[in-house]
Amino acid sequence: MPEQKVVDADYLLLEAPRERKFITGAQAMAEAVKRANVDVAIAYPITPQSEVMHLVGDIWAQGYLKDYYRAEEEYGAMSAIAGAVRGGARAFSATSGPGLLRGLEAIASWPGHRIPAVLGVLTRVVNAPLSIQPDNVEIAYLLHSGIIVLHAENQQDVFDFTLASFVISEMVDVYIPIAVCTEGFFVTHAKGYVNMTPEDMKLPPRDPYKAPVPPTDCEIPPARIQRDAPVQKSNFMSYLIHAVWQQEVWASNIRSMKYIYKYLGGPIEVVNPDAEVFVVASGCAAAQGREAVRYAQLEGLNVGLVKVKSIRPFPEKEIRQVLSKAKAVIVPEHNIIGWLAKEVKAAIPDNDKVIGGPRVYGGMTLPVELIMEKIYESLGIKKEKKVVV
Amino acid sequence: MGLEYVRISPGFEKYMPKDYVDLVQFGPFGKQIDVQQLGQFKELVEEHPMCAGCFMAYFVRIFYASLPNPEDTIVIGTAGCARLALSQAAVPFIYGNYGDTNAVASGLKRALSIRFPDKVKDVVVIAGDGGLIDIGFGMTMHSWFRREKFTTIMVDNEVYGNTGGQESGMSPKGVQLKMAPKGKQFDKINAVELAKTAGCVYVAKLAPTNPKRIAKTVKRAILAARHFGPTFIHAYTSCNIEYSIPTEKVLEDARKREKQDFGFYEWMTDEVKEFFEEIERQKEEVKA
Repeated sequence: MPEQKVVDADYLLLEAPRERKFITGAQAMAEAVKRANVDVAIAYPITPQSEVMHLVGDIWAQGYLKDYYRAEEEYGAMSAIAGAVRGGARAFSATSGPGLLRGLEAIASWPGHRIPAVLGVLTRVVNAPLSIQPDNVEIAYLLHSGIIVLHAENQQDVFDFTLASFVISEMVDVYIPIAVCTEGFFVTHAKGYVNMTPEDMKLPPRDPYKAPVPPTDCEIPPARIQRDAPVQKSNFMSYLIHAVWQQEVWASNIRSMKYIYKYLGGPIEVVNPDAEVFVVASGCAAAQGREAVRYAQLEGLNVGLVKVKSIRPFPEKEIRQVLSKAKAVIVPEHNIIGWLAKEVKAAIPDNDKVIGGPRVYGGMTLPVELIMEKIYESLGIKKEKKVVV
Repeated sequence: MGLEYVRISPGFEKYMPKDYVDLVQFGPFGKQIDVQQLGQFKELVEEHPMCAGCFMAYFVRIFYASLPNPEDTIVIGTAGCARLALSQAAVPFIYGNYGDTNAVASGLKRALSIRFPDKVKDVVVIAGDGGLIDIGFGMTMHSWFRREKFTTIMVDNEVYGNTGGQESGMSPKGVQLKMAPKGKQFDKINAVELAKTAGCVYVAKLAPTNPKRIAKTVKRAILAARHFGPTFIHAYTSCNIEYSIPTEKVLEDARKREKQDFGFYEWMTDEVKEFFEEIERQKEEVKA
């Protein structure tokens, strides 16, 4: 293990030199963890997440992390993450599909407990029937938990989002967890080019006293510390505190937006802003949307892309603005329920122009041709069904 | 930091609540309090909303008077009756989700060990039979298998008291409770043997009839966890409401159960035994 020197977070994220590597999404996530000065990582096996946590285990064995263990199950893993973060440590875990759902009670309580942890979500089908293929329906379950949800398109995003998430989640005016989601297999097991910061540089350690709520470590006053369960004080206190606390969690979620601008270049990326038809997509679907824009260009059609990087906070204002003049909006997704289409429809006034789909699920791939069909349909172009090259 | 964090900054004494000032001046922080001094010092827990005659409230009171290092102790609880008092004590308390205590304690203790390798930071879980042996069973057992260095205390009232009196795995066989309308169909779970098998280095079982013995057991469980590994105390803390025990008969009931199935039991590894013998020897030397 090379000696790592602590560098300023802004320098590491925005200015540090980068080296290009051809690696998998799982490797990209572990490489980000390696540079994040993480204290504790807690793992529980599930396909396809396991690769990430194997690699994180390896870097712990090499000395990059201070502690690591395989937990009894996801509920135990996510609860232990909460304990470690309350104790002042910087912590990381990752999970997938059914594992996310098993850990969800703990995960959904992190924002309220003010736990600035980073969680990798390498999406897969939620049973039943059994499948282990990529399908991102599980992200829908995170959308109302208060957690910040980022959705990575490719290996580069996985690296950038993961590293930046440690910085953003610990900001005093944020201080809630971040889920970095990406499609299992399509991204985790496939290789792509990733420009990475130097291996011998890492983020400054977590300062648990730079916080809106104190760590539970018997080091700072007052002696009476209880951040939770106001129900035992009185019912009135319970209503009041819970209400105020929830408002604060969601306000924190929104306050993270300025850091998403600073470190990730904003919550959306727009290709061809003057387009007539837009494909709005997140994660892997954005990569296919990008291809659809290229196909359309070859055919002389005016099609653009809005890639949504941040699902929570959801960039309503930004999306509304980009889509204001669009004739049609196509939302391809890797799930049956169309959670992104619902978000987009709720964000814009003239939402009858939103075409929810194409949708693939159960782990199917998303051929660009399916998106092209919707583009033709929206432009009133009649085509014989054939493969576009 | 320990004591520093309870001390009031100079000039602020008159602005702090009386309760807090008393705690700093007359509380157990930084002192070696004997449980027999109860009533002569400001206790860590005073007000609580537990039922009149609740023996669990009594146990919790004795527990706080027994802490070897209250200024560097963190208590973790879960849904259930005990947390009603635990959350109001002058010791940091974590209330997570139901059944998660031993997982949270694992993460917390590891974080504290990383950040304060040369300091004593005691972590103690106090949860009920439901929290530890039913819903939190896997996490309780695995924290022991992993040899996590904290203390687990089960305040066993043999029922889900807080949710209205349902059967738990620790209810005795045959007892009729809610969700067991025909009586419980299987035996009370043998938590003590499970703890021994799972790797606890110190295991005790008691009915809280003797405060001095409770204090000694709590101190031993915390000290052994600090140095060696997981420790476990199984305490009978009756629910006088759901088991219809008249308030004035609560102690009598505990004595009866002590004779039946809650006789004082203490087991420890040879290593822990030697450790306590050494402490006793040193005490004798100081006396001499």
